[in-house]
Amino acid sequence: MSGSAEGGMERHEYDVVVVGAGGAGLRAAIAAYEAGARTAVVCKSLLGKAHTVMAEGGIAAAMGNRWPEDNWEVHFRDTMRGGKMLNNWRMAQLHAQEAPERVQELEDWGALFDRTEDGLISQRDFGGHKYARLAHVGDRTGLEMIRTLQQRTVQLGIDVFMECTVTDLMKDGGSGAISGAFGYWRESGRFVLFEAPTVILATGGIGKSFKVTSNSWEYTGDGHALAMRAGAALINMEFVQFHPTGMVWPPSVKGLLVTESVRGDGGILRNSEGKRFMFDYIPEFFRAETADTEEEADRWYDDKKNNRRPPELLPRDEVARAINSEIKAGRGSPHGGIFLDIASRRTPEFIRKRLPSMYHQFKELADVDITAEPMEIGPTCHYVMGGVEVDPDTQESAVTGLYAVGECSGGMHGSNRLGGNSLGDLLVFGKRAGEHAASYAASLAARPGVSESDVSAAKDSALAPFEVEGGENPYTIQQDLQQSMNDLVGIIRTAAELEESLREIEVFKERAKHMVVEGHRQYNPGWHLSIDLRNMLVVSESIAKAALARQESRGGHTRDDFPKTDAEVWGKKNLVVTLNDAGTGVDLSEKPLPVMPDELKKYFD
Amino acid sequence: MGYTLKMRVWRGDQEGGDLADYDVEVSEGEVVLDALHRLQATQAGDLAIRWNCKAGKCGSCSAEINGRPRLMCMTRLSDFEPTETITVTPMRTFPVIRDLVTDVSFNYEKAKELPYAELGPRDADGKRRMAQIDVERGQEFRKCIECFLCQNTCHVVRDHEDNKPAFAGPRFFLRYAELDMHPLDTHDRRALAQGAAGLGMCNITKCCTEVCPEGIKITDNAIIPMKERVVDRKYDPLVWLGNKIGIRNKDNDGRTEV
Repeated sequence: MSGSAEGGMERHEYDVVVVGAGGAGLRAAIAAYEAGARTAVVCKSLLGKAHTVMAEGGIAAAMGNRWPEDNWEVHFRDTMRGGKMLNNWRMAQLHAQEAPERVQELEDWGALFDRTEDGLISQRDFGGHKYARLAHVGDRTGLEMIRTLQQRTVQLGIDVFMECTVTDLMKDGGSGAISGAFGYWRESGRFVLFEAPTVILATGGIGKSFKVTSNSWEYTGDGHALAMRAGAALINMEFVQFHPTGMVWPPSVKGLLVTESVRGDGGILRNSEGKRFMFDYIPEFFRAETADTEEEADRWYDDKKNNRRPPELLPRDEVARAINSEIKAGRGSPHGGIFLDIASRRTPEFIRKRLPSMYHQFKELADVDITAEPMEIGPTCHYVMGGVEVDPDTQESAVTGLYAVGECSGGMHGSNRLGGNSLGDLLVFGKRAGEHAASYAASLAARPGVSESDVSAAKDSALAPFEVEGGENPYTIQQDLQQSMNDLVGIIRTAAELEESLREIEVFKERAKHMVVEGHRQYNPGWHLSIDLRNMLVVSESIAKAALARQESRGGHTRDDFPKTDAEVWGKKNLVVTLNDAGTGVDLSEKPLPVMPDELKKYFD
Repeated sequence: MGYTLKMRVWRGDQEGGDLADYDVEVSEGEVVLDALHRLQATQAGDLAIRWNCKAGKCGSCSAEINGRPRLMCMTRLSDFEPTETITVTPMRTFPVIRDLVTDVSFNYEKAKELPYAELGPRDADGKRRMAQIDVERGQEFRKCIECFLCQNTCHVVRDHEDNKPAFAGPRFFLRYAELDMHPLDTHDRRALAQGAAGLGMCNITKCCTEVCPEGIKITDNAIIPMKERVVDRKYDPLVWLGNKIGIRNKDNDGRTEV
């Protein structure tokens, strides 16, 4: 089939179409199906391969299995403080309240979590959480979660369209409500139209816009961009989480995640002088609850009542900035990172038992035995806090019938996400979105319509790269974009660099108009990239523009030229991005932060 | 420390294809998937490869490297001499879609035929209790990343297309064993494993275990114990006698046959 060939088009009709098959998408699909909706899952990869599989540490849920003092109120407080109070309070509250039952549900469906001595689900320590709270399976919790949800999805008989990419959303010409989704089969290049009154976006993040990232190729901001093109807004896009510990060597695995569990289980950070430097980086905001001597920090693992947390377990933004500073000051490791040492602190048996994937990963890919020597690590682009602005209870966006869940939604994590809160987020809001979408679909008297002219425009748009002659290869544009975002919109930002990045993005947008792909439509990764690249560009512009506007430092957004956190002005508003009227760039506006009710404010006195 | 690597990569589709020769610049610490990505970005933009995490965690990039079934992201170039030609071909047991991408739907169809976990009610406080030592048996099998290299290697289907309908394959014997060893599960699926899944066709040559990138002892820890459990149920005269006099293996106590 050549680029121009007709090739026909499949049509399917559903009540709920879920785009993405990670934790959020599958949980949403299960909920929608169980609520009686005709449900489909559409995903870019094979079922069970989504990025959730990479999640290592665990699912944060105040079950109180290790510490009976733990409850949703403490978890809520930790989440809000971790996000530097910019979180949507209602989402943080629902998440803390509902996560324990969502974890128990996974166990009902066959998940095998690690156990406490009493036989309950074990919970481990993680950064920013007051109590050991993460339900886990060694350091492969994401795999357990996705396999459990996948097996449940298959058991229920939910239709799954694998290796099928959605490129456009359809809307009713009259009401403007969602009426479907358009995409192509990766295998054949053949087009597919899903006619449905609801679409749940669960497409994950945007990490592939950056050169050094822990994210897989799928993370091209598809849901973010689809929502914008449909008329929805994104919030908090300036907040990108750089995970403190990514591998730095060998080059081929640079950015690959090293789980926070290494620190939760006793690992510490040292610079080239052997100094445990995190004690020099305890911010005022967390000083009262952080240990200031090594002795106290080391006692905390066994006695949390009488000791304060080690500074290695500060929220990720703090640790990533500290590592960055040490490397910049010339106290880095041979390959430009910092040392993460668990070998000198725990027995080889303990390490192999608690961190089997890390042991395997370093052994196989870097020839490093983590039970005998320290790891070299450095910050890596890991997660975007920003995403589609949604109603906190239903996950519906500004567009009727369009929902967003998980990483592609915004608000839950504020300016910085705590480790373990993403897996809980997927489950809690996946279920909510699935149920609300199903109930909205069931309430409709007439289904919104898909216009044939929109369908043919979507086809033309997808095939455009085949029509260009003598243009540029999409791989080159992608590499240049990744380098530019890494250099100019990275962990430490300045106005001059952000302005430079916006100028460069304009050039990439121009170059992308003349992308050319070789070959035909059957399983053609060059063509697939050329389509994904458009999403990466609009998402990158959203990040850079919001980052330039926010003149303060907070969570995952650090401005060298505005190093202070500004509670009075910037602590009270969100930045909102939408697609401009011409569809060629993004517009920015401000919106007041939802105000927390007094009965919740008392936790922060 | 870069060098020029000689690669032979299978290019083609259902209609047929052939090995194509390439020279690729590679550098220290790289894996086979890095070399193929560079090839894609510089010489063959439409080279079809299936991959996701590039960290050995998702099990997408299975192929045969110099004839050996492996994950492309976990095969380091330093395992080969710089002068050696590395040949990459698609998994042989599954139909080719294009280049290195195969149609693995056989596995997803088999997954649909599988039984699922069926636990009894939770404890009075809404929680469940299991001992760590009891969940560890199943946890070993749940490390499976579904790369399907075991399915690809298993000679019951590798060279015998006609066995495919009656044989679920090692990946799914793992699932049977996992459910059978789940401390709180209530079903007895031994008859199903033997009948519908074709457990009896496996003659324990351990090829699956050898290629498992997760190091799961598929044959020793899953298949052989499952075979023993099936035999216990069906034929063993000692078990029959034990049952009569009240001494018996309690593994399947309280389970309902499905």
